[in-house]
Amino acid sequence: MAPLLEVQDLTTRFDTLEGVVHAVNGISYTLEEGETLGIVGESGCGKSVSVLSIMGLIPQPPGKIVAGRVLYRGQDLLQRDEEQMEHIRGREIAMVFQDPMTSLNPVLTVGRQISEALVVHLGMTEAEARHRAIELLAMVGIPQADERYADYPHQFSGGMRQRAMIAMALSCNPSILIADEPTTALDVTIQAQIVDLVKTLRERLGMTVIWITHDLGVIAGLAEKVIVMYAGFIVERGNVDDIYADPRHPYTLALLKSLPRVDRSSKERLATIQGLPPDLLGLPPGCPFAARCDYAVERCRQENPRLEFVASGHEAACWVDVATRRSDSRPADAVSSKSTGRER
Amino acid sequence: MNGDGVLVQVEGLKKHFPITRGIIIQRQVGAIRAVDGVTFDIYRGETLGLVGESGCGKTTTGRTILQLYRPTAGRVIFDGIDLTAVKGGELRRTRQRIQMIFQDPYASLNPRMTIARIISEPLRTHKLASGKEQVERVQELLQIVRLNPRFINRYPHEFSGGQRQRIGVARALASDPEFIVCDEPISALDVSIQAQVVNLLEDLQDELGLTYLFIAHDLSMVRHICNRVAVMYLGKIVELAQKDELYDHPIHPYTQALLSAVPVPDPPLERKRQRIILEGDVPSPADPPPGCHFSTRCPVAGKICSEEEPPWRDVGGGHFVACHSRG
Repeated sequence: MAPLLEVQDLTTRFDTLEGVVHAVNGISYTLEEGETLGIVGESGCGKSVSVLSIMGLIPQPPGKIVAGRVLYRGQDLLQRDEEQMEHIRGREIAMVFQDPMTSLNPVLTVGRQISEALVVHLGMTEAEARHRAIELLAMVGIPQADERYADYPHQFSGGMRQRAMIAMALSCNPSILIADEPTTALDVTIQAQIVDLVKTLRERLGMTVIWITHDLGVIAGLAEKVIVMYAGFIVERGNVDDIYADPRHPYTLALLKSLPRVDRSSKERLATIQGLPPDLLGLPPGCPFAARCDYAVERCRQENPRLEFVASGHEAACWVDVATRRSDSRPADAVSSKSTGRER
Repeated sequence: MNGDGVLVQVEGLKKHFPITRGIIIQRQVGAIRAVDGVTFDIYRGETLGLVGESGCGKTTTGRTILQLYRPTAGRVIFDGIDLTAVKGGELRRTRQRIQMIFQDPYASLNPRMTIARIISEPLRTHKLASGKEQVERVQELLQIVRLNPRFINRYPHEFSGGQRQRIGVARALASDPEFIVCDEPISALDVSIQAQVVNLLEDLQDELGLTYLFIAHDLSMVRHICNRVAVMYLGKIVELAQKDELYDHPIHPYTQALLSAVPVPDPPLERKRQRIILEGDVPSPADPPPGCHFSTRCPVAGKICSEEEPPWRDVGGGHFVACHSRG
């Protein structure tokens, strides 16, 4: 069976006054029905831009999707016009954003914002939409949903606003829920509530989820597959257990080492990653991580490695084997990589 | 702790912000009880962590200790000097020995000032150096925080978040303080940059013998950097202990819930972990519940919890907790 979503060689750039920003540089991945995919990376690594590109939410100009295909149930979303995309957004693929205060309209009641979508998208009557909206609010755990229906966003706490956003995203029964750092602005006890809610809903509704985060902890308990992004490239991907137990890209390795753990006493100094991520205006010719990498060899500064399988279902884009520090075991770049396009 | 005694004593500290009505004739109709009676000591040379969720009063506690807010009640004794009782010149002289590092490195540096002016501000305020001496001191401070001294005439926008936070640290160090309140110094930074700043703070503590109050909501980082940790909830400290004692044997139901909510980057363990999911949200500090402030969300609350405030008890080994049901 074809995957539910297949992203092929997606490349997004932004034209700015200073030059062309290479935000997403040829990323490919597939998403099976019912799967939860975690996309991890730091600010500016392209994780948000990559999903906004899928949703057709990149402002063009200045943005431009210069290459790639996004196959949803076999059809390329990048070829759809705006009107067709409006049917996809919300009904097929829905999104929850980081800051629920800026994504909710402050002068409309929360209930109205949910029911409006139901009237417009699903053609419900006002009364049906109201009934369904209250059901949705109750489903995401808003207490006294029928009374809170008439509340304005400012009367909700941060956690409740995010619950309302999830209710809104689920209102048209989408196949895929994309959550872009949905818990970053929330406290940890509220984050635990939201993660718990998404897990429950995922089971109940059989939803496919893409969860974007910079927090390697949240993803550990939630995702089945993980993609690690750096400077607009996918540098590593695999099953969640393999990525954490056996990271094969120096960036993933360094990130995991720099994290202190709440369940362990630590006496040692934290491992650091020196320097800063590269400027996306002018990416270096080789591997984007080479300048900060402890393992870098000469080749890393000249050629950007492609994703290659390092184990079953586990790929990394690195010339060096982090276990042996050897760089000669990697296939020459002439070997065609069937797996993934990581062309520059 | 390499301490030789208490540097800062906080006793029954309260900070209530008035809620007023009326435009011309303002009358007070209530109070936000941001800090509602906290007591703790900070030992010389240690890092005391102050953790809790947004709105629990941890930042207000830090600012009230510095007398940036005058407390509603209680005392702050710094090295034998009661900061709440001194004013004017004496307060200013004492403040030289206390500094602060702020959360947001984008908002806490004036964009119109050069780095030299930003870092030398404490030197001018306290009349510690001028002219060539001042420039040399700024260059020295930049070196101390591992920045290039040639950056002296640049502006904040030319630096990354991590570099800006180093500039904030250099400014805090300018007056040679003994005690620094670090108010969420790393929470605005990316993961790979956080470790750089934390290591710098640790090195500076060793080199300069600094004492820190480290305010944060990242419990993993607090476990790494602190010696002792205090947990705050709605204006009160509910538990305080040596860090490993607190993280391995939490007593207060809130501490237990908070720690269980922190995700761990270890998939098999994370899938198995039992979370204590708290119901609802933190109540408003304008109208905290009677008795124990946590009683409305507490999974083990009894009748007494909503009637009487739990006493602050020593359960041994410097582990303190305020709970009727546990310990």
